[in-house]
Amino acid sequence: MQEKTKALKAAFPHTIPILTGFMFLGMAYGIIMESKGYHAGWTTLFSLVTFAGSAQYVAITFLTASFNPTAALMMTLMVNARHVFYGISLLEKYQKAGKYKPYLIFGLCDETFSIVCSTKPPPGIDQTWFFLWITLLNHSYWVLGSLLGGLVGSLISFDLQGLDFVLTALFVVIFTNQWKSQDDHKPAICGVVCSTVCLIVFGPNRFLIPSMVIILLILSGWRRSYLEKYELVEEPIP
Amino acid sequence: MTLTPVETLITIGIVTLGTMMTRFLPFLLFKGADAKNSYINYLGRVLPYASIGLLVVYCLKDVNLKSPAYGASEAIAIFCTAASYYWKENTLLSIGAGTVIYMLLVRL
Repeated sequence: MQEKTKALKAAFPHTIPILTGFMFLGMAYGIIMESKGYHAGWTTLFSLVTFAGSAQYVAITFLTASFNPTAALMMTLMVNARHVFYGISLLEKYQKAGKYKPYLIFGLCDETFSIVCSTKPPPGIDQTWFFLWITLLNHSYWVLGSLLGGLVGSLISFDLQGLDFVLTALFVVIFTNQWKSQDDHKPAICGVVCSTVCLIVFGPNRFLIPSMVIILLILSGWRRSYLEKYELVEEPIP
Repeated sequence: MTLTPVETLITIGIVTLGTMMTRFLPFLLFKGADAKNSYINYLGRVLPYASIGLLVVYCLKDVNLKSPAYGASEAIAIFCTAASYYWKENTLLSIGAGTVIYMLLVRL
């Protein structure tokens, strides 16, 4: 039991930016859903079972138009296609998670991924529990934010415009951290340049999948030189 | 509510299904592929860096470059976040400072 508490103490500080971002975005989501006639119960259920901010925002379109499950599925797959990259990145890290693995994969939203892929638990902390707490805390922030937004959102009169930037800032910090910790910047540059070019060419609603395909092609092309550079013949570095 | 409760439940189920397909797919597809030096192993090493780059751009996808500010608020706030982190390596300080700067800039 003490091991789990220690893991929680180690995990919580990493989730503070997400607590801020999810409270804000979750509440905003609850308020919008409420305004469309979907009360707090629906919003909470949706956030609990789906746990995917952008897909849930997009789904408002499908909840307020005529019933169209096929379009909803296609749109969700397009919006969330980037999660495939997260899974490939975490195959190794989540390998030993045992019975908690399905939940860890379920909770793999952008924010959870960004923390898990860039953070190692401190020495003496159980890795699975560390990642489990991060996922569980993020999940509960999102559900709680949605619930509060649906219940009391309309009573809030502070001007919080721009607070959603907290999540962008989180990803920028992680990007900078990765940049400092690596001497090979090519994968990071590839990610930014390919997606920026695709964003300009295909526009905000269609750029994700072309970006992913081009990133995969370019990274595949670099494989040989990467393996030579790091002389990866035997056991890979964890 | 535009949809009936049953239609709403189905729509929520479909969005959940779609999301979980994208999250579980790699783990189901490459279940046994832990061979050293495999192609997937290589991707697992380089993709985290490319993915965070993609994610930063994804966050900025709706920035309107045709607005009077030309995305300057975002650019300045991102620069401050990255530069302060590069210098001090304090995650919460950089995120807090970047967000406060952004919230001030969008009110100018």
